[in-house]
Amino acid sequence: MAVLVIADHTGGALSDNTHKTVSAAKAIGGDIDILVTGKDCKSAAEAAAKIEGVRKVLLAQSDDLGHGLAEAIEAVVVPLMSGYDAVLTPATSQGKNFSPRIAAKLDVSHISDIVEVVDASTFVRPIYAGNALETVQSSEAKKVITVRPTAFKAAGEGGSASVEDVDAGAGAGATKFVTEEIVKSERPELTGAKIVVSGGRAMGSAEEFQKVIEPLADRLGAAVGASRAAVDAGYAPNDYQVGQTGKVVAPELYIAIGISGAIQHLAGMKDSKVIVAINKDGDAPIFQVADYGLVADYKAAVPELMTALG
Amino acid sequence: MKVLVPVKRVIDYNVKPRVKSDETGVDLANVKMSMNPFCEIAVEEAVRLKEKGVVTEVVAVSIGPAQAQETLRTALAMGADRAILVQTDADLEPLAVAKVLKAVIDEESPNLVVMGKQAIDGDNNATGQMLSALLGWPQASFASKLEIAGDKATVTREVDGGLQTIEAPLPVIITADLRLNEPRYASLPNIMKAKKKPLDAKDIASYGVDIAPRLKVVKVAEPPKRSGGIKVENAADLVAKLKNEAGVL
Repeated sequence: MAVLVIADHTGGALSDNTHKTVSAAKAIGGDIDILVTGKDCKSAAEAAAKIEGVRKVLLAQSDDLGHGLAEAIEAVVVPLMSGYDAVLTPATSQGKNFSPRIAAKLDVSHISDIVEVVDASTFVRPIYAGNALETVQSSEAKKVITVRPTAFKAAGEGGSASVEDVDAGAGAGATKFVTEEIVKSERPELTGAKIVVSGGRAMGSAEEFQKVIEPLADRLGAAVGASRAAVDAGYAPNDYQVGQTGKVVAPELYIAIGISGAIQHLAGMKDSKVIVAINKDGDAPIFQVADYGLVADYKAAVPELMTALG
Repeated sequence: MKVLVPVKRVIDYNVKPRVKSDETGVDLANVKMSMNPFCEIAVEEAVRLKEKGVVTEVVAVSIGPAQAQETLRTALAMGADRAILVQTDADLEPLAVAKVLKAVIDEESPNLVVMGKQAIDGDNNATGQMLSALLGWPQASFASKLEIAGDKATVTREVDGGLQTIEAPLPVIITADLRLNEPRYASLPNIMKAKKKPLDAKDIASYGVDIAPRLKVVKVAEPPKRSGGIKVENAADLVAKLKNEAGVL
């Protein structure tokens, strides 16, 4: 048994999602190798080599891989699969973009977004926006899986695997990269943050959202999130969106401010360790999942919270 | 130029799904069903392309039971020109859906496929990517903006931490993300007109595609319930509890 884990990194900085996916691979068992794809990303491969329990790290680099184009990554992975029984990718936007292509090329199912490994061929995954958990068993020769990182603990460090270059493949073919706009932020990344402060439609405007939510997040060293309603209304950018249609988070502490708690939002945050809700409507559904609820207008409550934090 | 839009009939997104007591699946008996929201966005985008004069024909296709005709009529009422129902009572996995769509595409030869990025029942987010890989057509997933000029598509995509723009020659597979557009409501006259638009029903067997399930569903269970906690009096009380009781500050 051998499992290939595809690393998640940003410009050569290895993401914790990789460590978490290695944990899922360990639950499957067998030898674990990591593939790092990108451009100028040797540092990510070196960091991956330090993850405990990794046999070796494969590094494929090209321009198209640097832009994360799905066709280019598939072209690297598919030939490698003769040596592996399973390939695991963190279920990030990028992972979701290319992983199903690998399954199609290998003529096997794609097992999306697993949250638990029952055994080497049985996996649990959320369906219906997390309103149900489906346990599926695969008898196929190769398993192509995306892993929900927040559902697994990060594998530790202390390994010293070798790094070897592999063929960077034929590129993305007809698909061409044009531009990229990545929002630069000093704040922690939303899906990996220990604390998340989210705002909802009650904010009423983008200015209010920035004035209320962001200082509190910065005081706590937290990432900023938003409900879909706040995003749809233009108060916050789409990549802040927490929920079924946005990002799934599971921080130590989740603070929902002016968020009513629609099913679609709860699907994205209900696995948080501690949930705090501040809402002036005491009947809002968010209070049904909150460990600590404060029924109050955020306009008064947030400044008081800042004061209480000192 | 022709655009093909696959659409799926799913549980209405406002309905809370209930797991069957025997844990074999989600109870869909007597539950309101609607077009998958991401598919609606795809239909809207295709109809807008027609209104802009970029495409001349919008063909909606659904793979599902006889009732999926209702979903196709919705697409026709939104502005699709004709519809194809590939009829089956089986529950198809994304790989099988991609293979059937490929067979439909081989017959229809569209220049473009616009489809939802995922269905809100299975939440797989896989069919579009699989279809692209099977056809060897370029893939532009999670689209928030689409422009077609000549034989080239320029697509802005939602990626981790921001937006990415790519371009690809037609034919191409686009999967729609939420911000691509806001779908219209079909007007009553258009709903009436849609009843007269052509809808071809075909037996899935006529495509000769292997649709047998690959995965065995062992069980479908309720997620662990999270119970509500306590209400605190004020912000100071909240901070004290987070520090001393929960230990998260």
